[in-house]
This record gives sequence, structure tokens and C-alpha cells, in this order.
Amino acid sequence: MPDLTTTYLGLRLRSPLVASSSPLCQNIGNILHMEDAGIAAVVLHSLFEEQILIESQSLDRHLSAAEESYAESLSYFPDLRRYNIGPDEYVEHIRRAKQAVDIPVIGSLNGVSTGGWIRYARLIEEAGADALELNIYHLPTNPSIDGATVEQQYVELVRHVKASVRIPVAVKLGPYFSSIPNMAAKLDEAGADALVMFNRFYQPDFDLEALEVVPNLVLSNSSELLTRLHWVGLLYGRIRADMAITGGVHTAPDVLKCMMAGAKVAMMTSALLRQGIDYAARLEEDLIRWMEEHEYESIRQMQGSMSFQRVADPAAFERANYMRVLSSYELRSRPAAH
Amino acid sequence: MQRRKVTIDGNEAAAYVAHKINEVIAIYPITPSSPMGEWADQWSAEGKPNIWGTVPTVIEMQSEGGASAALHGAIQAGALATTFTSSQGLLLMIPTMYKVAGELTPTVFHVAARTVATHALSIFGDHSDVMAIRQTGFGLLASGSIQEIMDQALIAQAASMESRVPFVHFFDGFRSTHEVNKIEQLTDDDLRAMIDEELVRRHRERAMTPDRPVLRGTSQNPDHFFQAREACNPYYLACPTIVQNAMDKFAALTGRQYHLFDYFGAPDAERVIVLMGSATETAHETVEYLTERGEKVGVVKVHLYRPFSVEHFIKALPATVKAIAVLDRTKEPGAIGEPLYLDVITALHEGLDGRPMPRVIGGRYGLSSKEFTPAMVKAVFDELAKPNPKNHFTVGIYDDVTHTSLEWDPEFSTEDPRTVRCLFYGLGADGTVGANKNSIKIIGEETDNYAQGYFVYDSKKAGAVTVSHLRFGPKPIRSTYLINKANFIACHQFVFLERFDVLKAAVPGAVFLLNSPYPADQVWDHIPRNIQEQIIRKKLKFYVIDGYEVAKQTGMGQRINTIMQTCFFAISGVLPREEAIQRIKDAIRYTYGKRGEAVVQKNFAAVDATLDHLHEVHYPEQITGPEPPPTVSPKAPEFVQKIVAPIIRGEGDQIPVSAMPPDGTFPTGTAAWEKRNIALEVPVWDENLCIQCGKCVIVCPHATIRSKVYDKSALNGAPPTFKAVPARWKEFKEMLYTLQVAVEDCTGCALCVAACPVKDKTNVKRRAINMEPQIPLRETERANWDFFLKLPSVDRDLLKPSVIKDTQLFQPLFEFSGACAGCGETPYVKLVTQLFGDRAIIGNATGCSSIYGGNLPTTPYTVNEEGRGPAWNNSLFEDCAEFSLGFRLAIDQHNQHARDLLARLAPEIGEGLVKALLEADQSTEAGIRAQRERVKLLKERLATIDAPEARRLMLVADYLVKKSVWAFGGDGWAYDIGYGGLDHVLSTGRNINILVLDTEVYSNTGGQMSKATPRGAVAKFAAGGKPSGKKDLAMMALQYGNVYVARVALGYNDAHTVKTFLEAEAHDGPSLIIAYSHCIAHGYDMVYGLDQQKAAVQSGHFPLFRYDPSLLAQGKNPFQLDSKAPSIPLEKYAYNETRFTMLARSDPEAARRLLEAAQRDAQLRFKLYEHMASMPLNGSRKEEPVKEEKHA
Repeated sequence: MPDLTTTYLGLRLRSPLVASSSPLCQNIGNILHMEDAGIAAVVLHSLFEEQILIESQSLDRHLSAAEESYAESLSYFPDLRRYNIGPDEYVEHIRRAKQAVDIPVIGSLNGVSTGGWIRYARLIEEAGADALELNIYHLPTNPSIDGATVEQQYVELVRHVKASVRIPVAVKLGPYFSSIPNMAAKLDEAGADALVMFNRFYQPDFDLEALEVVPNLVLSNSSELLTRLHWVGLLYGRIRADMAITGGVHTAPDVLKCMMAGAKVAMMTSALLRQGIDYAARLEEDLIRWMEEHEYESIRQMQGSMSFQRVADPAAFERANYMRVLSSYELRSRPAAH
Repeated sequence: MQRRKVTIDGNEAAAYVAHKINEVIAIYPITPSSPMGEWADQWSAEGKPNIWGTVPTVIEMQSEGGASAALHGAIQAGALATTFTSSQGLLLMIPTMYKVAGELTPTVFHVAARTVATHALSIFGDHSDVMAIRQTGFGLLASGSIQEIMDQALIAQAASMESRVPFVHFFDGFRSTHEVNKIEQLTDDDLRAMIDEELVRRHRERAMTPDRPVLRGTSQNPDHFFQAREACNPYYLACPTIVQNAMDKFAALTGRQYHLFDYFGAPDAERVIVLMGSATETAHETVEYLTERGEKVGVVKVHLYRPFSVEHFIKALPATVKAIAVLDRTKEPGAIGEPLYLDVITALHEGLDGRPMPRVIGGRYGLSSKEFTPAMVKAVFDELAKPNPKNHFTVGIYDDVTHTSLEWDPEFSTEDPRTVRCLFYGLGADGTVGANKNSIKIIGEETDNYAQGYFVYDSKKAGAVTVSHLRFGPKPIRSTYLINKANFIACHQFVFLERFDVLKAAVPGAVFLLNSPYPADQVWDHIPRNIQEQIIRKKLKFYVIDGYEVAKQTGMGQRINTIMQTCFFAISGVLPREEAIQRIKDAIRYTYGKRGEAVVQKNFAAVDATLDHLHEVHYPEQITGPEPPPTVSPKAPEFVQKIVAPIIRGEGDQIPVSAMPPDGTFPTGTAAWEKRNIALEVPVWDENLCIQCGKCVIVCPHATIRSKVYDKSALNGAPPTFKAVPARWKEFKEMLYTLQVAVEDCTGCALCVAACPVKDKTNVKRRAINMEPQIPLRETERANWDFFLKLPSVDRDLLKPSVIKDTQLFQPLFEFSGACAGCGETPYVKLVTQLFGDRAIIGNATGCSSIYGGNLPTTPYTVNEEGRGPAWNNSLFEDCAEFSLGFRLAIDQHNQHARDLLARLAPEIGEGLVKALLEADQSTEAGIRAQRERVKLLKERLATIDAPEARRLMLVADYLVKKSVWAFGGDGWAYDIGYGGLDHVLSTGRNINILVLDTEVYSNTGGQMSKATPRGAVAKFAAGGKPSGKKDLAMMALQYGNVYVARVALGYNDAHTVKTFLEAEAHDGPSLIIAYSHCIAHGYDMVYGLDQQKAAVQSGHFPLFRYDPSLLAQGKNPFQLDSKAPSIPLEKYAYNETRFTMLARSDPEAARRLLEAAQRDAQLRFKLYEHMASMPLNGSRKEEPVKEEKHA
């Protein structure tokens, strides 16, 4: 049987199949199920600092709304002992997950303020997480803030968090940077132990009848993998940090492609949501079958094998790729013209 | 064990002891006692044990009658049990109290003494309730201060256990229950030392048990009842000594000595006042002041009022006394005198044993928390010094009718100069009271000062004004009256300067802190003249801060509480500045810590940012400011000018007896004169986008949005900014339409914007009605509103009552109520008045709807241009259905009488008219109008007929016109306390319409669980989430078969609501409408109230149906299901509301379990309804469901 093991963030994993941060990981039972199905590590759902802020403010606002206004009703709710506002629940979840499974548990954090990022990163570390994934979901809306400033904020953030915790830190990125290689290099230099590519931005949709903006959550498909393969392939060997691919990993061939591009792990959410957690076991079987058929000894053997540095025609990764696509259409249409 | 000093209020003090020495606590919410039950429930929910190590069981019952009965059972079964109540609640316990006392069962009821409703309800304090139970056989022990409340709660329990006489321990509602004061807290050891285990054992041994069976509650006969009744005498004779012994034991334990009658004053006093309750503290303070100045005066503070010990009373009186004034805080019309006075006279007569009788006079004071000040105490002493003092006097009012009142010197003051006195004027919404409660705790617990806080609230729920009275100083504070000489005054809202004389109480040299949108160098010219004059004359030190700017910068929104609190500490210097700030922060963390670090940090930021914005104002000596506007328009009627306006200004104490109606009868329509201007933003109509659907009008909780269709000619003379567009009605093509907002009455809730179905195609954020700042619009819109009111209304006969846009041209006869901004109940109430108001008679159960419907100074029910409108009355909480049924019985009787007389007088009146009157079809507006015309004609003819029967018919002729009888109330009434009556009224088959404004919680008393509370919702007495499902009142009522029953939710389908109201009213029999009402007690921004109503229906939480018995006659299924099968999970509805989410936070496992069960409830309920709706019944299944009116 081929060797499926890989390392990611300094953690030795039984395979490159990792469950990415999703609501599935909110349930300890699901995490146990994942381990049984062969998932090698889980990234927990994100601790959203903004959500904590909003929940806290909203609870305060609604409890205070009509307090001490009218003599008969100086309050409207009993005073409960605790409201579990803040990171306590999340921290407890990490503890319980760590107790429940042997596979590595990676915390995920989406912060707002530098103080919040650091405070919560430390709490996640203290709770026993094996590593931390920074889920940087920053949507610049202010036209006066330029790209360099935004990039610098990313870099500073990684530097601050790295200085605050000892566990490995991965950075989950979006694909929208003017220069992804430069951004990756800067994050690498700031100390990121891994780059997770890429975050999927849930972009809102319009309801034409109600004329309202509505939240939209669409599960990924394999076509989204290509962007990831492209950039991982380009960066492989050029940065120190590990790379993980998330978004569009659905089949064993998808996983193989991730590995060949140079990723250390392939992360999945949509596939597990759509097919169920047991699908991971089937995927692993497919992986083994393919590797056996193609006489691959190990995953490590293939990692980066089709990266920019190693493919025969590196131009395929560069601008020529675009040209090639166009010309291939040209070529195809030409016979028809005869 | 060291006793802690705590700064708490009277309710907490009583509940603290009661919870520690009882096992069963049965309660029912009623102001102002509710917090005692809430404390007990909270402590039990937290697992706090009593002194025997068990956690008391706290149970909320369906009424006070139920609470006392449950308690009776508990003590009969050997538990130690207690209850807390007030006023009407205590009255409902009376039958049980006779039983409890008759069976010599020890217990203590802690009573927040409150006015019993007579000509009017009052939630405030006096002794009319406790005086109504003095005959039950209960002991009565009175406390006057917060320390006394804690101490005597224990003494009462100890004495009751030993004497077997049950006790009512009472203290004054609000003045004592809600006053915060620094006291010494009793320890568990103190409690154990006072509660004799042997007595507990004996109580247990007397318990009913099948192991030692006995029989109680026998029925006795003339030959033996009397002597059996006398058999309890030894217990009552022994009781006073037992109480005194308990007091002595307590003194040995704590150093605080009480007596049955505590005397304070000159040992050789000649003039003595006898009284009880919180006024004893003011009397004590006054006597201390007067005796220091050589006056021979004293006060007897009555603690043990029942059993009344003549011996102890006589002993308490100084032998030198020549004249006694007995002050009663109650009124017994028709009695020789009030109860304490009569008792004192009798006690002297029996106890002086031949010694000369001093002169005794009696007087009333302090009804409904009327102020009782040292000046009034002095007035009573002065009266006693007169050769012929007035007996049966009153003090505290101006009685210019029967001239009972004593005059007093309002300038007389006994305030200790070392006591700092501070007044804070704030809004409920700005958090002023909460911050002041923290401040007084800080001062009380962090300094050596004694401290006292008392808080005065508004009679309106939206835009409520609060006044905080804080005293602190080195001397114990006995001043149980409001501050009228203040060293520090803070006005947290600039607009108050023109509404109230906020500086009236300022002493010369006092500090004035103002939250001002204007900086220190510009503020002066914006301050009204009367305020400027006082600042200059009294040489006040004047500070300003732009609290809202600091709040904005630090994310505090409208909450300026911690900002103003920081200013107070900085200026007052009660603590070193750094220490004060640290204490404020400690208090913030204590108060808000559980709500999350973000809230704590936000408040910290506000505290830190405050002092840079605090500036002293160096004002000129010239008065330059504007005149404050008049309280009400000069056009207001005389009653409003003379009585309502002073009350609005806070000068109600000055109104003389002669000005007040003697029987509680008031004119309607007074709310229109009180322009409160409380909205920061108001809706503005975009006439070009508007489709004239009327949805914003129907949802407006305060009737501040109106629409009219009128002839173009009526537009002549319109103000320049008055808007009008062609009416979009086929029938009124040539006419104009205007939607007008009363910006001065609007509360700014924005429900109208949420209801608007139109979106601007170029900017979807914009609706046909949009919120804009009020101040720039105030003047122009005031003129527009006045013009709008003068426009003629379209003829109602031309409108279809079943069409929303038509109904919303009907004038609401319920406007500008004091309900919360965004209230979910009032749109239903308003709709009733629009559809039937000119012939409606309404009985209203006590609760929110009776408060916003009838709380002075101004009330919302009003009249149309013909002078017709709803006649309204609130009897009690529990009796509304029966009370309203009485209206129907009377009206039917009048109608029958009229019909009989018509028949008899037919020859004189004219057969044709009589026939038309008797056979009139009044099923439509036009039919009713025609009948009114006939009645008018009838009256004209009757005037010419000289016969007694004609004169009698004249009196009842108006009852030939159909009247619409309504009972309004909340779920607390309909599901709980009033259910028995409601059920009976439904069973009578009489034509009465019952509207249940279902907020699923006791809203008015502060969010206690009712049987309408849904499963899984957190409410008071359901801190762990209500474990049982919502009672299906509609289905219960439906069982009668002849009752029209419906469930409506305006936010889901307004057309359905209107159709239901019309059908219910048309049904010639009882009808019950259960109206889903979103409420501030659900814990979300009420601008989403309509969305939540929709979600309540869509999730299956509140499915809609109509059960119309008239369909049976047509062979149709009377049950019509009007909402679709649940289309969203219950969670999507519930987790928008704090009442559900707070459980999901505090106990996620329980929340999940209860949500799942509630989800099952919803599914099962819908299936049941579906089944009922699809039952074939001799023919077609059902009529068409009501379609929602969709626009846009």
C-alpha cells in the first residue's frame, strides 16, 4: 500500500485529507466521525471576533433597552448567571475535541482588532489546539486605503500573532491580491508556517422580487480547484511555508493534483457536506487505488512534482497559459473552416 | 460572623430573609412587590439554599388567590412558606388569610403596601391594602426603613413560629420597596439564632399527613362554631409579648432594639404623632430637628399593629403628652376616622385607666405615595399646639372642598447640611437610573458615607423621563421624601430645560451639570430664560458635557449613563478622582461583565473619554435665552389647561381637590394636547413613490400617521410645504390624497418604514416613507398637521371596511398613547377604534393596555367630529370579561326597554318610524348611520309627546343604535388570572368581543411568565426556559361551538386581521380574537416587530385561523385555517429574540431540547388545525382564505 503520510505545520498526518473549517466541525460527534473516516486533521469552525462583539453588544442592547424606564417594569428579563458570551464556548469546544480524537485539531480564528487576534490566538493555544489557522476575511470597502496598506495589515497581523503563540500558525488567504507571490513571500517572511489557499468569499446575491441583498452560500465544485493549483504550483519551492489547498477539492484526482502542485494537504468542506463524512474513506480508497495503479510509492513523492519549477513547460503557469488557451481554440476552430 | 454593609432596596432586603427561612414560595407578580418574587426565583434558580440547606421551591401561580391557596396547602403540609404581594393581590388573598389564621398556621406574607384601586388605579404606596386585611386574624408588623425591613422580616417569622399567629410584614410600596439604602445585612447565624428549631419541629408535627391523619376545614354549626372561634384567644393575647421577646432577642444579637411601639422624642413631650411605615423615618428626622430646638414633641412608631397591645402602646407614650395626632396612610370613606386613629382612641380609652385623656386628632396623609415631608410633620405638630386643632384633617394636599387640609411651609427643611443631595433628570433609555444605582452602591460600599437612592419614573413608556434622588453623608439618612433642596443637579437631556423647572430644587451655590449639544462657550444663549435666571440668582457652578458626542465616539449609542456618572464623581469629589474612576469601572464590570468583554470595554472607553469633554461654563450675568414653550397649546380646553398641563409640568401636587373629578370620570382625547417631541427621527412621506396602500397607517402604534382623501377645493390655504397628490382610488378619481405625520407625537419607532411595500427603483434603500431628523421638520410639520386635521374626512359609507387602504382613511379614536415605541398591541386597539370606535364601549383588564389607555396625565381614547368615541373603563386585572359582559347586559336591557316603549308609543311616534327603527338592518356602516338618523327623528318626535313613557324612551333611545362591546386585555389576564371569568363569559353566548393582546408574557409588570409564554422562552419565573408549551386558548374557546374564535397577526396578513375584526364584531354572540403582539419584553429591536410576526406564523409558532359558527348554518366547516404549513424552522423565528437566545447562551443543551420540543409542538398544532380545517361538514369544506393585500 502506498504511503499516504504527509506533514503539515510540523504535524505528521496519516494522509493529506484534512477537513477544512466548516460548521461540520462544530459538533464533536462529527469530528469523531471524521477521524473514523480517515480524515487526518480537522480545522475547527472559526471563532469570529466580530460575532462575539455583535452578540455581546446585541445582548446588552436588548437587555438594557427598556430597563429602568417605567416603574412597573424596571427590567424584562431574569438575570441569568452566565451568557457564554465570548470565546469560552469555543475554547471549551477545542478542549472537548482534543479529548475526543487523536488527530490534530487546528483552531481557526477570524479577528477584527489586533488585540482581539492576539487574545483569542492565545486562548486557542491554551485550550490545546495543535495549530492555529488565521482566517483573514478582510473586505476593504474604503476607497482611500490602498492595496499596500491592506497587505501591510496582513503582514503585521501575522507577525503579532506569531510573536504571541508557540503553536504553528497557518494563514488562510483570499485570491484577490495584485501579486499573490509577493504577498505569499511577505507572509512567509512574517513567520506564517503555512498558507491556506484560498478562502471562498460568500458573496451576497440579490432577490429581485424583494429588492433585497440576500446571503448566498454555494458549495464549491472541482472547477474552483484550478486557481488554487495554479498559485500553489507557482509558489512551490519559492517559500518556506507549507501550503494547503482548500476550495474545490472533491475527488481523489483533485487531491492528487493538489499534491502534485505542491500542497502538503488538501482540505475539504463542500465534498463532506454534500456526500457525508464517510465519503472521506471512499476518497482515500480511490487515492490508494490510483497510486497503486500508477505505481506511486508515497504522497511525498508526488508533492510539488508538477509545480512551476518542475514541469517541462513552465510557461503553462505564466501569461503564456492565457495565450495557449486562446490559440488552442484557434487551432480547434481552424479545421472547421476547411 | 462579620455582618456586611450592603446597599440594597427594601424588596431585596425582605426577599433576602424570606428566601433564607422558607421552603415554598408561591407568588404572583404585582407592582411594587414583584421584585421580591423575582429575587427569590433568581436565588433558587442559582441554587442558593435556605438556612436548612435546601433550595426553596418558587412557584408562580395564576393569581394571588392561587398563590395564597398554594401557600395554605404548603403550610398545612408542614412546609415553611411565604408569599409577596400588594394591593389588589392582597385583597385576592383575603379568603385564604381567614383560613390560615383560623387554623393558627405560622407564615409571613411580605407586603409592599400599595393603594387599592378606587376611583382610579394607582401602583404607588399607601396602607389601604393592609388596612383591608386587619380583620383576618393575621398579625400586622410595619417597617419604616430598609434596615427595618430586613430585621423585621426575621422578627415576624420568629414571632409567627412561636405564636402560631400568621403575619403580614408590610412596608411602603416604592418609598421603601424601591429605596436603596446602606444597611447591615443579617447573617445565616443571625437567622438560625432567631428561628427556633423546636418551633419548626412543632410546625412539622402539626402537618397534615396520612401517617398521623387529622381533619381540618370542618363545617361547623350554630351550637359550637362561636365557642370554637373564641378558642384562639390565648394565642392572640400572648402574641404581642412573643413579638416583643423576639425583638429583644434580636437586639441582643444585633444591637438594634425595636419595640412594638417605638417612641422617639422629648421625654417630656406634650405633642406626639402616632403613625407607621416609611413616614416614621421622616417624622423621626423632624422630631430630632424640633427637639434640638427645644420643642416638646415626639413620635410613636407603630410596628406591631395587630394584635394591637393597649398595654405596650400606653407604655410607649410619654406621661406628659397632652395632644396626639394619629396619621393614617389610608382613607375609609364614611368611617368616624381611619383605622389607626380609631385604634388609638380605643387604646387610650381602655388603657389610661382613669388618667386624663389627651386630645386626639386623626389625619390622612401620603395616599398613593403622596409626598410626606418634614414640613408636613411640623404642620401637624403646629396644629396640635392650637387650642382647637382640626380633626380628620389631611396633610399634603390642598382641600378646598371640605377644607380638611393643613397648611405647611414648603421652605421648612430638616436636611442635614452635611448630607449631599443630588438630583438627576434623565431618560429611561439613556441609562441614568442604572448608573445612579451603581453610584449609590459605590458610595455606600466604598466610603464611610451613608447613602440613599430613590427613583421616580414616568407614566409613559416611550420617551420615559426619570428623576433620581441621591443622598449621601456621614449621618444615617432617614429622609423618606424626595429631595427638594439639592446641592447637585444633573440634567441629562437638554430638551428637559424647556419642559421642566429642573433647577427649582437647587440651593444657592449648587452645582448644575448639563448634557449639552452646545459647547461651553455657546450654550448660554440656548438655555431658556427661567433656567438662566436661576443659574444667575443662585450663583450655580455650571458644567456642560456633550455626552452624546462622547457616547458616539465610544460606541455607546444613546447610553450616556457611565459618561454622566463619571462627570458626577469628578465634580462632586465624593471620592478621589482616580479611585472614583476605578470604582466606576469595577461597577461596570460587575454590571455588564456577563454580557461580554466588548460591552465592558465600550463603557471603559466612555469613562476614559469623558473628562476631556467636561467643561465649566463661565456665564454672563444677563438673561438672553428663549422663553420656554407653553406646556400645552393655548387652544386646549380648560380642563387640559388647568389640570392636565400642571401634571405634565410636574406640578400635579399643586392641584386642589376642587379641580379633581370626585368619581374618577375624565374627558377623553387629552393625549392630543401633550406634544412630547420625543422622536429623534420621524417618518417623511414621499408622495411620488407612495402607492397609497395604507400599510404604514395601520401599523403605526401611536396613530401618528394618517391619511385622508378630500376634494381639491379643501386644499385652499394649505401651508406651503403641505403635500397632496391625486388619490389612487377608482371611486375618488378627482380627489386628492395626503399622508400626514404628527411629528410631535411620533415616537420614532420606524415600524411604518418597515411596513412600506414600496422601494425606489433607483435606490432600493428608499421607501415611500423614510426616517429623517425631527427638529428641522418640527415647525413646518406642526402647521401641516393642524391643516390636515381640518381637512374633511371622506364619507365612510363610500369606503369598504374590508379593504386596508379604505379602512386607513377611517379616523382612529385612539391616538398618541403612552405605549412603548414600536408597540405591537396598539395597532390592534387602534384598528378597533377605527372600525367600531364611534359605538364602542370597552372594558380593559389591568396591564399595558390599561396603562397606555388610561394613565394620566393624558389619555389616548378620543372622539370623532360628531363627538362620538369609545367609552372606556378599567375595573380590575381579573374581572375584565365579566365587567365587559355587564356592559352588554345593560345595553341589551336598555335596547329591550327602548323597543318595548317604541311598541307602546307607536301610535304617537308613527308606525312607519317605529317599524323602521325596530327592523333596521345595522349590519353596515350605512345601516347604522340610517338608524342614527331615525333615532334623531325619534327624539324630535318624543320631545313633542308629553308622557312619562316618552321621557323614559328619550333616555334609552340611543340604545336602538347598535353598540359594540369589547373586552381588552393581555395574555396574563386572558390565559391566567382572568381565564375563569373569560371562559364563563364565552359560555353565556352574549354578544361581546374579547381582544387578547397576546405578548406571551406579563409585559406591564416586567416580563413574568404567563401560560401564553412559549416553550423555551426565558421569562421571569422561567429562567431556565419555559418547560411547557403555550396554552392554546383559541382551541379551548372553540369547544363551545357558538363562539367566534380567531388568531391574527397583523404583520403576517393585515387584511386577515381586518376581516377577522369585522367578522368577530358582526357575530351575534361571543367572539375571542387572540392577536399576536410583538413586545419589548421579547428582546429585539421593535422595528422588526412585523417581520417577527410574519416569522411567528411562517414557523408555525402562531398559525392563524378563524372559527366562525355562522358557517355551520350554511353547512360549511366553521374552522378556516388562514396560514400556510410551517415554511421556516422555528429556530429562524425564535433565535431573532433575546428571550430565546439568552437560553441558547446560558444553557445550550436545554435550549436545544426545548427548541426541538417546541418545533414538534408547532408541527403537531398545525396538523391538528389542518385536520380540523379539512373536515367535511355537510357540504363544501371552507370558504376562500383571506389573501394578503400585496403592493409594489
